[in-house]
Amino acid sequence: MKVPLLSAMVFWAFAILAMASAVFVAFSRNIVHAAFALLGCFFGVAGLYLFLSADFVGIIQVMVYVGGVLILFLFAVMLTGKIRNPEKSNPSRAIPGGLVTMLVTLGLFGYLAFTTPWQVLPTVPTGPTTSQIGDALLGPYILPFEVASVLLLAALLGGVLLAGGVRGRSRLTGNEQDEAPRDSGGNT
Amino acid sequence: MDRWDGGDMKELAEWVIRDLFSKNPDTWQYTWAIYLAGMALAAVICLGFVAVFAGPVTWVERRTAGRIMSRIGPNRVGPQGVLQWLADGIKNLLKEDLIPDDADKPLFRLAPYLVFSGMFGTFVVLPFGANLIAADLDIGVLYLMAVTTLVVVGLLTAGWASNSKWALYGGIRSAAQLVSYEVPIAFALLVVVISTGSLSTQAIIKAQGGWPWQWFVAKNPFTFIAFFLLLTSAMAEGNRIPFDLPEAESELVAGYNTEYSGMRFLFFLFEEWANLWIMGAITTLCFLGGWQIPGVSPEKISASSGWTFVGWQLLSFAIFAAKVSWIVFIVIQARWTLPRLRVDQLMSTCWKYLVPMTLVCIAGVLFMDLYIVQGGITDKIIRWIMTLLGAAVIVLFFLRARYNYKMDKDKYPGLRNEKMWYPPYRMP
Amino acid sequence: MLSYEAILLLIVLGIAISVVFVLISKFLGPKNPNARKKSVYECGAEPQGSARKRFPVKFYMIALLFLLFDIEAVFLYPWAKLFRELGFLGFVEMGIFMLVLIVGLIYAWRKGALEWE
Repeated sequence: MKVPLLSAMVFWAFAILAMASAVFVAFSRNIVHAAFALLGCFFGVAGLYLFLSADFVGIIQVMVYVGGVLILFLFAVMLTGKIRNPEKSNPSRAIPGGLVTMLVTLGLFGYLAFTTPWQVLPTVPTGPTTSQIGDALLGPYILPFEVASVLLLAALLGGVLLAGGVRGRSRLTGNEQDEAPRDSGGNT
Repeated sequence: MDRWDGGDMKELAEWVIRDLFSKNPDTWQYTWAIYLAGMALAAVICLGFVAVFAGPVTWVERRTAGRIMSRIGPNRVGPQGVLQWLADGIKNLLKEDLIPDDADKPLFRLAPYLVFSGMFGTFVVLPFGANLIAADLDIGVLYLMAVTTLVVVGLLTAGWASNSKWALYGGIRSAAQLVSYEVPIAFALLVVVISTGSLSTQAIIKAQGGWPWQWFVAKNPFTFIAFFLLLTSAMAEGNRIPFDLPEAESELVAGYNTEYSGMRFLFFLFEEWANLWIMGAITTLCFLGGWQIPGVSPEKISASSGWTFVGWQLLSFAIFAAKVSWIVFIVIQARWTLPRLRVDQLMSTCWKYLVPMTLVCIAGVLFMDLYIVQGGITDKIIRWIMTLLGAAVIVLFFLRARYNYKMDKDKYPGLRNEKMWYPPYRMP
Repeated sequence: MLSYEAILLLIVLGIAISVVFVLISKFLGPKNPNARKKSVYECGAEPQGSARKRFPVKFYMIALLFLLFDIEAVFLYPWAKLFRELGFLGFVEMGIFMLVLIVGLIYAWRKGALEWE
């Protein structure tokens, strides 16, 4: 299917959305705004996945990152003590060091981008990818797949341990306890 | 000119290009314009449908509530109050648009659109009839779950941006609740995907049949349970009582939308009532056979042409709408019958009952699928037993409603002269 | 791919129409705000302090649990689609995967992470 103009427009829209939100996340003074700006970033990346004919990965990007990670980030941000004044919670430090790192990585990526012999491949027709992913997961990649479950288990155990003091806390209906996270194990 | 037998808007656009313009859609330079026009048409149809559903259903809900509470409900605007929703809409349109001084203004403005697009996006993959769907995605079910996450983010945004305590509590509660109940929904939908072998909504419907014993709900005992689990979780996902903690009027004023007024407030309400259709449509398409017409196979519908084709489409839509309306009505009744859960009960319902039960259902369905031959005699017997069980549940439901009514009649003298059944036009 | 462009267009149109409605409402509605109207609602009394409160850690726990089970579900879907073709071996492979996560759920349950009080 050849729809050059529309495709190009949508591609640039997604690319700019992802980049602009990423820049906003990095430079926003307001930590909550920064967390919300991730929404645009995740959507931009999901759109780019769709452009690579990876529909499953694109949708999963939205489902896991917007539905899970973003909510987790927002909860984490709102868990911190400095949330009373979100404007001051993102000071810039060590600017010279950051600049050096930025220039080095930029130079490296630029060098790679201009010296790599990029090959233009013909467009592969979009097809259902879910079955292929399933085949790959339960076929050649069965070991990493099973190890992933152990990784998830480790994350779960870690989370439960960190929030271990939760039990026996004051009655909680999602309100009034300003000091609730105090015994959460980590230093909040 | 060929007949059009495509599945979704994209195929309709291709058909228009091929047959009305006699061009090859792959090479014609204006293909994108036709696609755009097709999608704009789909958007307008979907939006119109949402408005026409979400509006009157508020009236139906309020009349049902009135009936259940032995009062009248809105009956002034139009005959029996059917135009109440229009009056409400216009009133909200004319209201002052207030944003609190302390609010986080950009996020406050953004939140209703997030919620709205999360709701509206789901209509893309929800079928309305045999060949009526905006886009029949290969991963439709996952898309449904992905796009509804926008609602969660929107509600949390609304709660936080308002800078009001009520809104904040409503917002975080709703985020925790919606996020939790997405897990049992994902697992219950997995039961359907295992039975179908596809993630596309149309393929799921086509894997079922028109008659009740061909539906997934009657396939085996585990799908039967999974249907109720999905319906329960969908009610929680739609913030309906008994799961409406996010906007518990008696505790949180109005929850996440406390500070909203006018049109922005209307969008939250709009989402809530459109959600009724969404939850009904999801349960219907997954377990109740979707738009399947009893005795008419999807191939026969596709093979028909002209007005017969149109007729089948309308009939399939009517069947789908009837099933959805029935679910919606049950959900509305539940809202005015059941008490609200506490937050801790809400969370333990999800994580300690629904999640383990859906996992058991998955294991059971896998087992049944491996060892019971489709169409074999065991399969047929199980399907018949399940159908009878389903019928028994429905009969019990009506008997129970009747019993409650009679009990009330004995208890309250005011009801003694009332008829049990209103005339049909007063029924909702 | 085109289906997704279509979806994007659909959602953009939906948002555009809702923006138009908000603008109409802005145009038609009265505009006489005052300090009382513009303060947040706190049962009619003067608002006490800011609402920028810290969330209890429990919500974080719930989000974490959700994330893990969400990822598990994501792994399950491609397999569920192929279940018939993979047969018994696929069943066993997925059984191991799920068992590990069910152990996690039981652990969280026993540790009281699912308790809301």
